[in-house]
Amino acid sequence: MPFDLKELSKEKDLFAPGHRACAGCGPAIVMRQIMAVAGKDTVVGFATGCMEVVSTIFPYTAWRVPYIHVAFENAAAVISGVEAAYKALKRKGKINKKINFIAIAGDGGTYDIGIQALSGALERGHNFLYVCYDNQAYMNTGIQRSGATPLGAHTTTSPAGDVIPGKVQWRKDLTEIVAAHGIPYAAQASPSHWNDLMEKVKKALETEGPAFINVLAPCPVGWYFSPERTIKIAKLAVDTLFWPLYEVENGKHRITYKPRKPKPVEEWLKEQGRFRHLFQEKNRWIIEEFQRQVNERWERLLRLEEASL
Amino acid sequence: MKIKALTANEAMAEAMRQINPDVVAAYPITPATEIVQHFASFVADGLVTTEFVPVESEHSAMSACIGAAAAGARVMTSTASQGLALMHEVLYIAAALRLPIVICEINRALSAPINIHCDHSDTFGARDSGWIQIYSEDSQEAYDSVIQAVKIAEEAFLPVMVTADGFILSHAMQRIEVLEDEEVKEFLGEPKTPYTVLDTDNPITVGPLDLQDYFFEHKRQEAEAMRLAPPIIEKVGKEFGERFGRYYGLVDPYRLEDAEVAVVVMGSTAGTAKEVVDKLREEGKPAGLLRMRVLRPLPLKEIVENLRDKKVIGVMDRAEGMSGFGGPLYTEIRSGLYDVPSHPPLYNYIYGLGGRDIKPEEIEEIFKELFDAAAGKEIPLVNYKGVRE
Repeated sequence: MPFDLKELSKEKDLFAPGHRACAGCGPAIVMRQIMAVAGKDTVVGFATGCMEVVSTIFPYTAWRVPYIHVAFENAAAVISGVEAAYKALKRKGKINKKINFIAIAGDGGTYDIGIQALSGALERGHNFLYVCYDNQAYMNTGIQRSGATPLGAHTTTSPAGDVIPGKVQWRKDLTEIVAAHGIPYAAQASPSHWNDLMEKVKKALETEGPAFINVLAPCPVGWYFSPERTIKIAKLAVDTLFWPLYEVENGKHRITYKPRKPKPVEEWLKEQGRFRHLFQEKNRWIIEEFQRQVNERWERLLRLEEASL
Repeated sequence: MKIKALTANEAMAEAMRQINPDVVAAYPITPATEIVQHFASFVADGLVTTEFVPVESEHSAMSACIGAAAAGARVMTSTASQGLALMHEVLYIAAALRLPIVICEINRALSAPINIHCDHSDTFGARDSGWIQIYSEDSQEAYDSVIQAVKIAEEAFLPVMVTADGFILSHAMQRIEVLEDEEVKEFLGEPKTPYTVLDTDNPITVGPLDLQDYFFEHKRQEAEAMRLAPPIIEKVGKEFGERFGRYYGLVDPYRLEDAEVAVVVMGSTAGTAKEVVDKLREEGKPAGLLRMRVLRPLPLKEIVENLRDKKVIGVMDRAEGMSGFGGPLYTEIRSGLYDVPSHPPLYNYIYGLGGRDIKPEEIEEIFKELFDAAAGKEIPLVNYKGVRE
């Protein structure tokens, strides 16, 4: 059952306006989309990062649900504790209602510094949803490379220089790393395909046990594009097959959206200043390599889907 | 009351069973591993109703404890040494969020070189984290203090770590008077936590970004909570004594009143040193001892009252503070006595690092040097006892 935008617009935003995110912030859009599905009986556990910083400058808060932030690397561990307390108190009859537990972290807090806590929480099987808003670098501290930064991207710690053309490594495939834990639900989503994203959040919250959604969250400041183009760029990432929309439910891969005519990845790259240097003649090979990697991964995903049938 | 032969690990685990916390999130580490093991057995055998979270690291252990305590649960964990060091970042957060978490901490040296035996460098490393610190002389006290710690934490809204010396206490069998389960339950009452993130009808934001215009006020409030903690610790110690016959205060003075020379110690060494004091007393030498049971909050008033009129004081440190000027307890006691006019001279003895035994003869030597100093002999301010130089 698709979500109805008209109906959704009548609901009060649980991630309230007035926060201090930049214009065109992809993660802020993602927060609203998640919370529209999650509803008020939700506890949010946050990692340090952009969304934490812009949404809770004391004495203000953008959160109309209970929210806890402890540190950078431990969102999954903190939500484990909240969920454990819930179970214990429920057993003792001190609480009855159903509550959603959602940990939210950026790619730094997920792919890199938080991967241990995430892996542990997944393995222990807590009943929670972990959302990674992947803006592909440490944006909060000023655009430093992360394990999620794509090949060739300029960041302040993988700068495009005269000798080294931006980041020289490919990115981690975190969604697959998470899926390899054998959890009941893992997915990739994009705010451009909001209905797909919200369906996934709904499914994840209905799942008994750990669920994970990796959401591409374009950052105008770190990716160097004009703020009104956020959703367009998110959509291009999907249409160029750089960011496939898919889910892994009980070990079965399913691609939830297949672009009819995939675009060359160059079309996504050229929209963003962080890849500008790749269009110099001497760096063109990186675009070719990028395309090769995207193709290879898409092919692999198709095979995984086929094997799941 | 039952009499049992228990190690400190077993005694602390037994206290945890009787406390029956809502959540325990813990990770094994020598020499505290047995505490988690025993507790896991209690869970497996249905002897507690606790939600046990066997996390993948100590950092996650404390993080999960914070999450659980913020959800209104009574929460405990245990650790030692490197584990406490790995928790370092989040220890501060537990305290600043005013969460009444209790750690059963087994004192062990910090790497490098790696060593699994006792010294106090681990908990000294967490001295400024905002946790109340209670050091145990023996396993009975470790057991009693863990029970008291829950009550202290829930009245002060500050987390508490109760420590016992690694192997010396953690693995040594002792006669322990164990309370009845009902007595513990009654003594502690229902858990008291400051707030809960589970009340979705009244949402709160915990751990917001706090900048130049509020951070200072919040730290000031936290410091005030620590300043107000001593009477709570004393009250709980007294109440415990009235109910169960064993009284506890902030410090433990031993034959100190008429002593001329005193040593200050922490942990299990106090037991050995008390024997030495008795021997010296028999020989007619006015020796005494002050054991620091509580290090945080620093019992300044008790330090002054107990030590102000001594001729010479020796501070025994089972930790090297790497300050270039003696161990950490030494600088604390020295600073504590600063306001006493004509304060007594203080000498530091660093001993027992990495589990090196401290023998009665060595403590006797320390006293002898201190008596010599009292008689006017010049001795170094900072000394190492029991090390090959």
